[in-house]
Amino acid sequence: MTAELITITIDGTALKVVPGTTVLDAARKVNIDIPTLCHHADLCSAALGKKVPAPSNCRMCLVEVEGQRALQASCATEINGPMNIKTSSPAIRHARQDILALMMSEHYGDCAACRRNGNCELQQLCAEYGVDTALFGRPEAPLYAMPDEDNIIQRDMNKCVICRRCLRTCELYQGVVALSPEGRGEHTDIATFMDREMMEAWCINCGQCINRCPTGALTERDDTAAVWAAIEDPDKLVVIQTAPAPRAAIGECFGCEPGTPLTFEMNTALKKIGFDKVFDTNFSADLTIFEEGAELLGRLYKAVVLKDNSAALPQFTSCSPGWIKFIEHFYPEYLPNLSSAKSPQQMMGAVVKTYFAEKNGWDPSKIVSVSLMPCTAKKFEAARPEMDASGHRDIDYVLTTRELARMIKQAGIDLPKLEKSDFDNPFGTPTGSGVIFGATGGVMEAALRTVLEVVTGEKIETLFDKADILPVRGFEGVRMAQVTIGKVGPVPAIFSHLVPDFEWLKGVTVKVGLAHGTANAIRVMQDIKEGGPLSQCHFIEFMACPGGCLGGGGQPIPTNLEIRTARAKAIYGEDAAYKVRKSHENEDVLRIYREFFKEGPCSHKSHELLHTHYKERV
Amino acid sequence: MDVKTVHGFVGSKLSFSEANGDAGLKKAATMDAEALIGAVSASGLKGRGGAGFPTGMKWKFARAETRTPKYIICNADEGEPGTFKDRLILSDFADLVFAGMAIAGKAVGAEKGILYLRAEYEWLHPHLDEVLARRRKAGLLGPDILGGKNFSFDIEIRMGAGAYVCGEESALIESLEGKRGEARNRMPFPVQAGYLGLPTVVNNVETFAWVPCILEKGPEWFSKMGTQKSPGARLFSISGDCKKPGIYEYPFGVSLRQLLKDAGGENAKAVQVGGASGTCVPASKFDRKLAFEDLATGGSIIVFGPDRDMFAVAENFQQFFEEESCGQCVPCRLGNMRLHEAIVKMREEGLDAKGEMVLRRLAATMQSASKCGLGQSAPNAFLSILDNFAGELPRGKA
Amino acid sequence: MDVPSHLQSEVKQLVSVHGRDRTALLPVLRGLNKSHSYLSEAAMLCVSKELGVPRAEVYGVATFYSFFSVEPRGKYVIRLCRTISCAMNGTYHPVVAALIEELGVAFGETTADGVFTLEQTACIGLCDQAPAMLVNDDVHVKLTKESVRAILGEYRRKAAAGEKVKSA
Repeated sequence: MTAELITITIDGTALKVVPGTTVLDAARKVNIDIPTLCHHADLCSAALGKKVPAPSNCRMCLVEVEGQRALQASCATEINGPMNIKTSSPAIRHARQDILALMMSEHYGDCAACRRNGNCELQQLCAEYGVDTALFGRPEAPLYAMPDEDNIIQRDMNKCVICRRCLRTCELYQGVVALSPEGRGEHTDIATFMDREMMEAWCINCGQCINRCPTGALTERDDTAAVWAAIEDPDKLVVIQTAPAPRAAIGECFGCEPGTPLTFEMNTALKKIGFDKVFDTNFSADLTIFEEGAELLGRLYKAVVLKDNSAALPQFTSCSPGWIKFIEHFYPEYLPNLSSAKSPQQMMGAVVKTYFAEKNGWDPSKIVSVSLMPCTAKKFEAARPEMDASGHRDIDYVLTTRELARMIKQAGIDLPKLEKSDFDNPFGTPTGSGVIFGATGGVMEAALRTVLEVVTGEKIETLFDKADILPVRGFEGVRMAQVTIGKVGPVPAIFSHLVPDFEWLKGVTVKVGLAHGTANAIRVMQDIKEGGPLSQCHFIEFMACPGGCLGGGGQPIPTNLEIRTARAKAIYGEDAAYKVRKSHENEDVLRIYREFFKEGPCSHKSHELLHTHYKERV
Repeated sequence: MDVKTVHGFVGSKLSFSEANGDAGLKKAATMDAEALIGAVSASGLKGRGGAGFPTGMKWKFARAETRTPKYIICNADEGEPGTFKDRLILSDFADLVFAGMAIAGKAVGAEKGILYLRAEYEWLHPHLDEVLARRRKAGLLGPDILGGKNFSFDIEIRMGAGAYVCGEESALIESLEGKRGEARNRMPFPVQAGYLGLPTVVNNVETFAWVPCILEKGPEWFSKMGTQKSPGARLFSISGDCKKPGIYEYPFGVSLRQLLKDAGGENAKAVQVGGASGTCVPASKFDRKLAFEDLATGGSIIVFGPDRDMFAVAENFQQFFEEESCGQCVPCRLGNMRLHEAIVKMREEGLDAKGEMVLRRLAATMQSASKCGLGQSAPNAFLSILDNFAGELPRGKA
Repeated sequence: MDVPSHLQSEVKQLVSVHGRDRTALLPVLRGLNKSHSYLSEAAMLCVSKELGVPRAEVYGVATFYSFFSVEPRGKYVIRLCRTISCAMNGTYHPVVAALIEELGVAFGETTADGVFTLEQTACIGLCDQAPAMLVNDDVHVKLTKESVRAILGEYRRKAAAGEKVKSA
């Protein structure tokens, strides 16, 4: 059924729209810019695929609608009949100027010293509308206490305009609801339960709120000073690993179009900055596939052959630290289902201070291990007390994409114009299987490429053209896929300590599930609780952030579906371009099993260094 | 506690005292929905909360909605400063209110009613529960009212928790849903998607109380009172600087002067009509009429004697809004705060031309840009006081 | 944080009366606010769990309504109306002075013995009988400084009698 189009007039231009279109969307269709602070492309009904009321609390998007006495919020006004709309008039302009001046009247902070200087929606609108802060003044002192500097998610109410994008993101995409409006009237603000610091709240540190905050009210803890200090300390050996997702996004901080991969330019920049070694997190991503895959084989064997129902299937991925904290808070009864494998970041950390240090005669106590992540929750993961099996912190500092972009700028480097250079050995082979960890479905695709080849003994390309496992790709919030194992091959030596043969897998249909954005994880967990189709899965990939790591809370601002799609394209483009696209073909990984984890995946030593455990949080 | 202990002074004969609500309900039981809506429409009854939306039309819209269940909500969150007539209706004429709600239920096809009672009226709760119990026992509420098939309706009392903004119908609905009482977007209207997203009629206590009277005595009895554009009569809550504060009933079109005469406030210099969200009328305009076409009001009349500092009044009202704003939208949350500060300051230092221009523009922004009626009406009192009593401000510093 | 078992059973009791969905949040909070004079962290956590409403939202609702408090308050909460009809009444200022003097606390404070909390409130619909106040749910109208003293005395006696009953 196609609804009849409605003809409306905006600023004298007639256009036809689908009934239910908001005035805001209609205006943007004809390139009329209406300013918004509470509206966000990710937080409207169209993006969410379900009806959600527009908050319409900033009142910046006001327009005149013929026949209406008051101005109407264009984000909340649906077109269901002919309308004559004006988006610019003295009343509208004055209202917007007043609203901005009102916001500034309780906006305490120094624009020059603000992390969002130059990338702040409030600042930009104030410039456009020529805001007059003399009208209602500026606060001379902070109106709210500054957040404790240890908070990973730094929330400064002094810069908050109470647009609620943060809490709507937290609810609609993440299902966490760490924040709520608090109080009423002049006392209204945004708070955690009991108005505690973010680090004491039921918050998963995903940072999605930061990505959508229009001002500098939400930022991540800045660890750049500590990293600079380490680099400048002659006694330290500073290594950095870079995760795949930042490479596809960091260009946005340097004026590049979203989806411009700068992987190898970044390697050059990191060396110029002064890092002693630049490693590829793809290495430890591939290592994760071995450990997690071996663990899965073990669980399947336990369930299928030994009929032991303690196997805790489906197995859940454990790469996403936001997801880990989420399950610790909200579904602790399912912690046994989590893979015990550490995330790629932590695995890299553990082998750098052991295997690498030994191999190169470096004193591990002098190594400062830094990671570049698209993620704020990685800062929390790195600080988990148990992440020190090597006798040292696995990871010392985590930088987000935004933090590294600042460091590169501080070093006077024009990143997009740099020449390319390779990663350092022995963790320097770029692999497609590692790169796709940056997108939702990527861990699963990498796992399937390896597990299916290992089990069937046949090239994955016979099942999936070009090894592209399209059924697990895409941005659908919850996805399922299945593959039936037709024939099985011999067990490769590296897995022979785990299972005697693969005969028991013959004819088995391997079912996998995927979810990104923890609100979708809730859907999966509810389905599992109710014994639905997802409970029949063997392996489920969970990514805390919408779109997976490419949409991580440490990525450049702004974000929206278009930007995330472009980043995904860059990631899959890199995958397609690499020679090595399967974890079990990563020579660096095979070498470490030959030289260091000689007993193979999920053995005693790998358990000690590459695995961990999680606990309920109350 | 005994509700009679707080019974106030009643200054005129009340139609409700002479009404037989059960007769109205009995009549309604024999009528079909269309006839009920027709009678209410013919009476010209408009919402008594202040906005004055035609009741019959609201019911007709709700009737036309196909989704069920539907809800009838009685807005007993009487919070407008200077308004207390619902208090008297609930203590003395609760039967009329409940009968009116049941009739509304029959008219729109709803079987569930909720009376949202403000927390400040908790002391009326036991009394209202008693009335409900008595009515259920008498077959005036519950299944098959008055033995009539297809006429079932029951009412639950739900308490507010202290928030003026919950008198705004969409905020009231949010509150009933267990949320912060924050106004929703104007569309969709509650009759389309109200409580729990279902078709909902929200009417004021007094609106419901008039319904059985209209059915008992006929729409003409009602429409003959008042003016052509504002048929009927309404209750007024009169307080402030007058000898006989209390509750008075008048047909629409009565002059302010008449009210002041009856309440013993003839020497007033100004009257606030419609509470904090209303307008301040100076003595020179006391011949204005109380009717939707002239001075629309939810019934609050506050009298100010000759010695009153009118900007102290404005300050009191602005502080009220500063605290009672739901805090959601910027023009209301911060506009009231800045306006309140400015009034405090102008009482000390006066107001220069530039300052006046800034504040008038801010007030216009609040009126046109706020999300709901609270913010839109919050600067009204200040503006009308500034228009009429600017001379009371100290002269600006030279 | 551990929720004491008596609190758990109290919340369970309230939920059994008001239901286990979001619409029950205000009535359940109201019940707890009434019996404890305020909403403690433990009480809100317990409600969050029982009703499945996120804790931050329970807190958001608890801090929105002026009859709820997330800070401990006295056994009797005095709410003196400060809206215009009460505030401009001739006896209003003497009443304020009498309350402050008699209780020895300012608005927003609780007496050392935990018996009274003194608050101001917006219009309570008793403008025709100004000045007026609520003590918990009870109405007191046409206040004077003398009547206020008498009223406070009544509640003090009640509080003392309640204590005796408790200790007996």
